[in-house]
Amino acid sequence: MKDAAHLLRLAALFAAGIIFFLLVRQIAVPAGFGKYGHFRPGAIDDVRARPISFAGKAQCEMCHPDQLKALLSGKHAHVACEACHGPQAKHALADDPMANKPVLPDTRVLCVRCHEANSAKPKKFPQVASADHSGGEACKSCHVPHRPQMN
Amino acid sequence: MSITRRDVITQSAKLLILTPAAAAFLDYLRGETTELEPKYKIAEHYWAMTIDIDKCIGCGNCVRACASENDVPDGYFRTWVERYQIDAWPDEHPRVDSPNGGHDGFPQSKAPGAKSFFVPKLCNHCAHSPCVQVCPVGATFETQDGLVLVDKSYCLGCRYCVQACPYGCRYIDPRKQTVDKCSFCYHRISKGLTTACCETCPTSARTIGDLKNPKDPIHEFLRDNSVQVLKPHMATGAKAYYKSLDQSVR
Repeated sequence: MKDAAHLLRLAALFAAGIIFFLLVRQIAVPAGFGKYGHFRPGAIDDVRARPISFAGKAQCEMCHPDQLKALLSGKHAHVACEACHGPQAKHALADDPMANKPVLPDTRVLCVRCHEANSAKPKKFPQVASADHSGGEACKSCHVPHRPQMN
Repeated sequence: MSITRRDVITQSAKLLILTPAAAAFLDYLRGETTELEPKYKIAEHYWAMTIDIDKCIGCGNCVRACASENDVPDGYFRTWVERYQIDAWPDEHPRVDSPNGGHDGFPQSKAPGAKSFFVPKLCNHCAHSPCVQVCPVGATFETQDGLVLVDKSYCLGCRYCVQACPYGCRYIDPRKQTVDKCSFCYHRISKGLTTACCETCPTSARTIGDLKNPKDPIHEFLRDNSVQVLKPHMATGAKAYYKSLDQSVR
């Protein structure tokens, strides 16, 4: 029976080694690792945690149904509000929307971004050479941006 | 001292049983990760983007929207627009320009006779991504819902993935010295919104789609049009599908 003593010492050593390994592994591997794949699941949350800057058309519609109605009746129906008015999450999602009131874009800058003639643009897309077309006059003095046909 | 073989086995078994208990206790102490979007089921989505070259007008709205949504530093791009200009013949050397990534639009071409079009580019969120394969620390990974994302707390900034990406979609963020790239606006699509670039595209040239949703119009788009991915010979499993893509585009 005294031979069993060194077996016990060996077993205890092995057990201690295994426990040490498992504990170190437990500390070194982030919580939940492997839940969705070979990565830390918290990394997904890190990416998702970013605040949004564009509120989305549905958000705009809640308070501005008239403008949206005008928009939908014209050729710009498929253009989202924030495509021209810029990111408005600070305005739309704030407790007090008036605190971050959107600034009206300058049509001479805004319209030419899309409609300035360029040979690389699709032929069907309406384009003008703005210098010849209006001679520096603001686009909105003739066109309504929400319904861009002539007044 | 009389120790039997039975004692040895039972004692070691007891110790081994205690180990998972200790592990569970440690997990409890450190706290589980919290779910930010409990409604979003990661296994029920698979994201892809469609880009219609015939509709892109090179206005740069996507580039500006992306920079604002994702806080992209000046001179770096998660998405950008290239202009191709190809002479009728010989056509081996297309001229490609992308002034400031197309952020401020494009000046009129000096060679108006050439074939010319815009190609918006962004991370293709490859199903078999070279960038994931080269990352030495596992900081870049593919998710179940078809995205390639970066764990910035793991990234060393070694630039292997920047070189590995065949599409040039990655950059090192100069502020943190970690890699960054398009995430398909994961913080938006997991809330049910569209991406910033798709939201602001005035001609709907880009659309994000969920391939696991049978009602998503992306299926119709892929069925009814001739679509291509960039560099298909590299077998990256790219998921940015281009309609009307010219053979000269790389």
